[in-house]
Amino acid sequence: MERIAPPSTDLTDPFWDATREHRYLVQWCTACDQPIFYPRVVCPTCLLDEALEWRPSTGAGVVYAASVQHRPAYPGLADQVPYVVVLVDLDAGGGDDRTVRVMSNVVECDPSTVRADDVVVLAWEPLPDGRNLPVFRPAP
Amino acid sequence: MRGRAAIVGVTDAVSPTGELALTGRALEAQVVREALDDAGLTLADVDGICHMGAMAFAEYLGIHPRFVDSTITGGSVFEVYLEHAAAAVAAGVAECVLVVFAQTPRASRTAAKARAGASAPPQRLGGSAWGEPDVRAEWEAPYGLQGPVGSYALAADRHMSRYGTTPEQLATIAVRTREWAALNPRARYRDPLTVDDVLASDLVASPLHKLDCCLVTDGAGAFIVTTAERARHLRRPPVYVLGAATAQDHLMISQMPDLTTTPGAVSGPRAFEMAGVRPADVDVLMGYDSFTITQLLHYEDLGFCAKGEGGPFVESTATGPGGTLPTNTNGGGLSYTHPGMYGMFLVVEAVRQLRGECGPRQVPGAEIAVSHGSGMVLSCMSTAVLGTEATL
Repeated sequence: MERIAPPSTDLTDPFWDATREHRYLVQWCTACDQPIFYPRVVCPTCLLDEALEWRPSTGAGVVYAASVQHRPAYPGLADQVPYVVVLVDLDAGGGDDRTVRVMSNVVECDPSTVRADDVVVLAWEPLPDGRNLPVFRPAP
Repeated sequence: MRGRAAIVGVTDAVSPTGELALTGRALEAQVVREALDDAGLTLADVDGICHMGAMAFAEYLGIHPRFVDSTITGGSVFEVYLEHAAAAVAAGVAECVLVVFAQTPRASRTAAKARAGASAPPQRLGGSAWGEPDVRAEWEAPYGLQGPVGSYALAADRHMSRYGTTPEQLATIAVRTREWAALNPRARYRDPLTVDDVLASDLVASPLHKLDCCLVTDGAGAFIVTTAERARHLRRPPVYVLGAATAQDHLMISQMPDLTTTPGAVSGPRAFEMAGVRPADVDVLMGYDSFTITQLLHYEDLGFCAKGEGGPFVESTATGPGGTLPTNTNGGGLSYTHPGMYGMFLVVEAVRQLRGECGPRQVPGAEIAVSHGSGMVLSCMSTAVLGTEATL
């Protein structure tokens, strides 16, 4: 399997660098006290960049929706079908119950068994350049 | 704006084979000629252009517009163009706006094969052609969601888990739409379809099967919007724009706040309010059925049934021939035509129904029709409420 490696920008280099250590950083605006996903150059509420910071997620997630792909979306995934694509509500790292919704895969399971409201935990899939792609596996 | 602008000329080009002989500007010129002729207007009357590449199109055909609009919202853009054209006409910015669309994925593929002796490059789904930002490549693309079907599949999955909607109920939408297509000799597919047929077709992205998905065909169309005053002196009965509204709430599916509620829940009620009509007043519903789930969400968000009750609603025969809410009477994107973007055909069929031109599939006495477009991945909805002279 060959994943499309996600591009990175100056803004998101800290996020992708942290994946090398298996840490998932969520962007926050501390002035507005809210998590932001996907990361923005400014907070989409106050339109300022002064109070943006990264906070580590605990990695706890809940599946919001799931769809098993029976055809690969790109050739590098041809040997993976069927695989499941999910939207996950992931702990935002604020020490409370707030989450950010991210797209991902659930791995290490039968894809057809993944359902909304399943509890999942963060896992990592190596990318060729040493970064890691955040994915999920069923909670133990 | 209510009743101040009217649609006065319509046409579309489709083929039961799914493939058209003409492509590009030649096809656009054909539908422009037909729409002008339908209205009894000439190209010299046109002073506004709505087209995804309006400037190049206008220059090519020697048009010198004072109103141009190349908005892109995905397949709903033709309802957006209708809204903008009606507003421009009502405000006196333009008097005669031409809206044009042509897309020929099948003919273009055949032509590319003939030229190169090789298969055409794969169709782009999303990507920068639509101005989509790089954020999709960073946060969605690596996970391999097929576009656009995968996004709709996620919405269907969420609706099923939240409300108990079943694959059988979704399949019923395809079956009902095929019943209308059977009455339309220009439709791509007319053979009877059963729920079992849909469920037996290949799963593409669960829970959506191949027959839950729209077609890939060639197609083109055009319509003309002008003032109510001028419309009354033209060739055909005017179809008035009673209400129009648009709403967007995301571009990428992972940014959609609630996958079971589309921005149609905003655009629909606003358009109905402007028109002064209720869902029960609607004689014909043309809803963008890119996938079966899309149409189910339209029924709920436009208020034809309560949120979460779309499944039981479609199990009734209300939306088929002879029903109380005739829906997608041309056979829809599921069975009539779907050339990548379908919004044009929602307007053309609504106008034909309100003029009484639909032959075996005509809804008797149709006075109010709704054309409801869905763009990108449930991202931008645009609703137009149309009516006959009697509704003013």
